[in-house]
Amino acid sequence: MNKTDALIIGAGPTGLFTAHQLKLIGLNCEIVDNLDKIGGQCIELYPDKPIYDIPAVPECTGEELTNNLLNQLKPFDIKFHLNERVEEVKKENDNWLVKTSSGNSFQTPNVIIAGGVGSFEPRKFSPKVCEKFENKSLFYSVKNKSVFKGKTVSIFGGGDSALDWAVELSKDSNVNLIHRRDEFRGARATVDKMYELKKAGKINLFTNYQLNNVHGNEKIESIEIKHDNSEIQNLKSDYVLGFFGLIMQLGPIANWGLNLNKKTIEVDTEKFETNQKGIYAVGDICNYPGKLKLILSGFHEGALAARACFKLARPNEKYRFEFTTTSTNLLKRLGKKE
Amino acid sequence: MFCILALFFLSPIYIHMPKIIYNTHDNETYTIEVQNGLTVMEGAVQNDVPGIDADCGGGMACATCHVYVKEDWFNKLPKKEDGEEDMLDMAFEPKPNSRLSCQIIVSDDLDGLEVNIPSKQA
Repeated sequence: MNKTDALIIGAGPTGLFTAHQLKLIGLNCEIVDNLDKIGGQCIELYPDKPIYDIPAVPECTGEELTNNLLNQLKPFDIKFHLNERVEEVKKENDNWLVKTSSGNSFQTPNVIIAGGVGSFEPRKFSPKVCEKFENKSLFYSVKNKSVFKGKTVSIFGGGDSALDWAVELSKDSNVNLIHRRDEFRGARATVDKMYELKKAGKINLFTNYQLNNVHGNEKIESIEIKHDNSEIQNLKSDYVLGFFGLIMQLGPIANWGLNLNKKTIEVDTEKFETNQKGIYAVGDICNYPGKLKLILSGFHEGALAARACFKLARPNEKYRFEFTTTSTNLLKRLGKKE
Repeated sequence: MFCILALFFLSPIYIHMPKIIYNTHDNETYTIEVQNGLTVMEGAVQNDVPGIDADCGGGMACATCHVYVKEDWFNKLPKKEDGEEDMLDMAFEPKPNSRLSCQIIVSDDLDGLEVNIPSKQA
């Protein structure tokens, strides 16, 4: 059981800056994120797209913004729990009991949801039959590539993940690469490499095809792919891999008894607290009259939620507002003063 | 002269807004008047047309505002920008007439545009 003053769900820009604000006012916090890396949408959706509306930062990419926020957290010791999804949030006396997908649990008076539009999940194939084979002979990520050795693997997608795995697995497996159009959006060098391997007969390339059906009982035996012109091909296949990027799902948050409005959580604008005492929502996932889905709004919301956390984490102390320019306390926490 | 001008500004022609027709996958039709300059996605979201999620809010970063444009309209739309086709790779059951509705900006030329909403966005 991890005990902390506040648990932040989501390691995007809003979650990161909220952690900064909590640590600055002397509270502990830990961060959980379903992705395997820090940065949220900034890293997952637009790492190299420039952002122009962060105050005092004329231009920066999603990746640069994330790195700068991490730099700003350097003075503080913050524990990140990546690759973990918060599954359950339950009230226990004055605390919240939080459980994650990897079995970690937390006891905390404050839970701050900075979850963007929910957790990122892989996009799946559309034929319903695929569910039957999922995680057995059909995968949306590769955990152990050795199972593919000597087998026929059909890889779907046109981005870097699909291309990288097609190139990699072609060393020891028979690879079919299937994509819905002729152009690939992956890195130039990988696309060239893939075409080279196709020429050498190491990769069988099918463009303008999509998955139509999957055959097999316990394991996949063959797949049907359909051309834009409706022609169907059968391919013998032991494994199927789909790389269609990630989609955001609200997921278990929907079951925590919060007031939801479409995919957002209703909060007040004083503490950014939800209808449950001690659970806050900040950033894109929160909703109130006039809400703007801007990173700068997330920063403001996190700063206020952090102050609200103080009351529940330190019920016998009084919070005093201080400036980083002048407060000895804050400067000590920032490591700028002995 | 002033009267004529006033009449013009107050007339229905002046406040006319292009109509966008949204067909859901379960055959419901929503005909929405959408202000020029808004996107087809915004027209749907602001008027509670079901089936267009627009998770990323119009940033061409998620493909959850995917629509099928009626064939006769498809070629009349301004061409896709580079990133749009890349995002459509991720959409649920993309077809040759797929577009991201956040990239279609409503104008008088699009009055009567008809789009079909897929059964799922993801």
